[in-house]
Amino acid sequence: MKKIEAIIQPFKLEMVKEALHAISVQGMTVNEVKGFGRQKGIREVYRGMEYQVDFLPKVKIEVIAPDDKVKEITETIIASARTGRIGDGKIFVSPVEEVIRIRTGETGEAAV
Amino acid sequence: MNAADTAFVLFSAALVMLMTPGLALFYGGLVRSKNVLGTIMQNFFMLGVIGVQWALIGYSLAFGPDIGGFVGSLSYIGLSGVGAEPFETYSKTIPHATFMIFQMMFAIITPALITGAWAERLKFSSFLVFILLWATLVYDPVAHWVWGDGGWLKSLGALDFAGGTVVHINAGIAALVAAIVIGKREGYGREAFIPHNLPMTVLGAGLLWFGWFGFNAGSALAADGIATTAFVATHLATCAAVLAWCFVEWAFRGKPTTLGAASGAVAGLVAITPAAGFVGPMSAILIGIGAGSLCYLAVLLKVKLGYDDSLDVVGVHGVGGLWGALATGLFASTAVNPAGADGLFFGNPAQFGIQVVAVAATVIYSFVISYILLKVIDATMGLRVAKEDEVAGLDLTEHQEAGYSL
Repeated sequence: MKKIEAIIQPFKLEMVKEALHAISVQGMTVNEVKGFGRQKGIREVYRGMEYQVDFLPKVKIEVIAPDDKVKEITETIIASARTGRIGDGKIFVSPVEEVIRIRTGETGEAAV
Repeated sequence: MNAADTAFVLFSAALVMLMTPGLALFYGGLVRSKNVLGTIMQNFFMLGVIGVQWALIGYSLAFGPDIGGFVGSLSYIGLSGVGAEPFETYSKTIPHATFMIFQMMFAIITPALITGAWAERLKFSSFLVFILLWATLVYDPVAHWVWGDGGWLKSLGALDFAGGTVVHINAGIAALVAAIVIGKREGYGREAFIPHNLPMTVLGAGLLWFGWFGFNAGSALAADGIATTAFVATHLATCAAVLAWCFVEWAFRGKPTTLGAASGAVAGLVAITPAAGFVGPMSAILIGIGAGSLCYLAVLLKVKLGYDDSLDVVGVHGVGGLWGALATGLFASTAVNPAGADGLFFGNPAQFGIQVVAVAATVIYSFVISYILLKVIDATMGLRVAKEDEVAGLDLTEHQEAGYSL
């Protein structure tokens, strides 16, 4: 099993969710996060005072999937989250040792 | 006695009361989230402190029988003799106590305005001592000078319809002194001090605008034509100031901001305050345009001058108040209000001179006494919270609570 973490533009969340639904992804966890990459920050102005804001708002999606679904899911995320401009985000894939469903105690892929 | 006048002034007092919680939201939205309650508390608590101070001694010092043109005597201490009968010198048609409670709301919001200058770093205990002393030694005498029977600026003929000098210049100058004496916030110039909730600030500005109709129109102390003149002038100046602030910043910075619109509204309200019952609608629009653009430039200048007036009390209330008081000497017209005077633009340059004297006297007095009070408090109990408390935020360290929790 793998954990797929995708950091995307906040306004792309709805489209990514719909696209993942369409390929039968059954669950996900979403966080509002802040950070920066190559896009760097933006400037905000309050009563003429300019501030450099380095941490930009992004959305992080987490999906746990069997190994054989990972490629399909990442490709779906890329297709739905991409604008082609700087700041589109990144995807991280990492191994997951165990998944346990709290209600039934099921483990492994059955619990995903 | 007149029932309509009494009802109108009582309702106006309630409107002015609402301005202080409105100011709490206006200021609360502008600070960082860790200081939202500390900031709101200093405003809300003012209702309690100055309300009681006014009844015990403040009203008497401001409006009691004159002593040398400088201060009222102690005859009304504890509101003795302030009851249902009119006090004819101030108004023949409303009870004395109606006038007293209306004036109380002004005494409450004036020190509340200053709290924006020291936001995010002043100890609550020192805050309490300072505002009590300031209300008693600065606000009450200055209110007497300008509005009290026998007050020296009133006798001189200075025009201040609803408190441009007494409220706004007075508070603006105290704010300047406070920003200088207390010093900059930890991290000033290095960290971004970004307003944590601008919708809260805009809501506060809306409540201020609403309450200000009571402040200015109510200052006519009668439900009459002058009250309407003041109401119309108040609204038009504010509208024009919103446009002016936003268009100037649009030209300077490329974008009109919501905070600019809210700040422009307050600047316009401040500037029209001394003039409201003395000027016509077109003069009011010109005063508003002046307020929106001058206050924007004043706020920019703060950065160059290097003092940390956290929420721009000096730029908005000080400069807006100065402009309004002087503009009253330019635009006042006896065609609008026969009880007033003509200004420079209506053939009476002497009135402008009188306004300059009133402004200068208020600036000097407020500056000197505020400076002494702050220095004495700093030397005895200290003004600022500890550095680590400032970093953690005043909500937790001064009040042991949090504005927002999950």
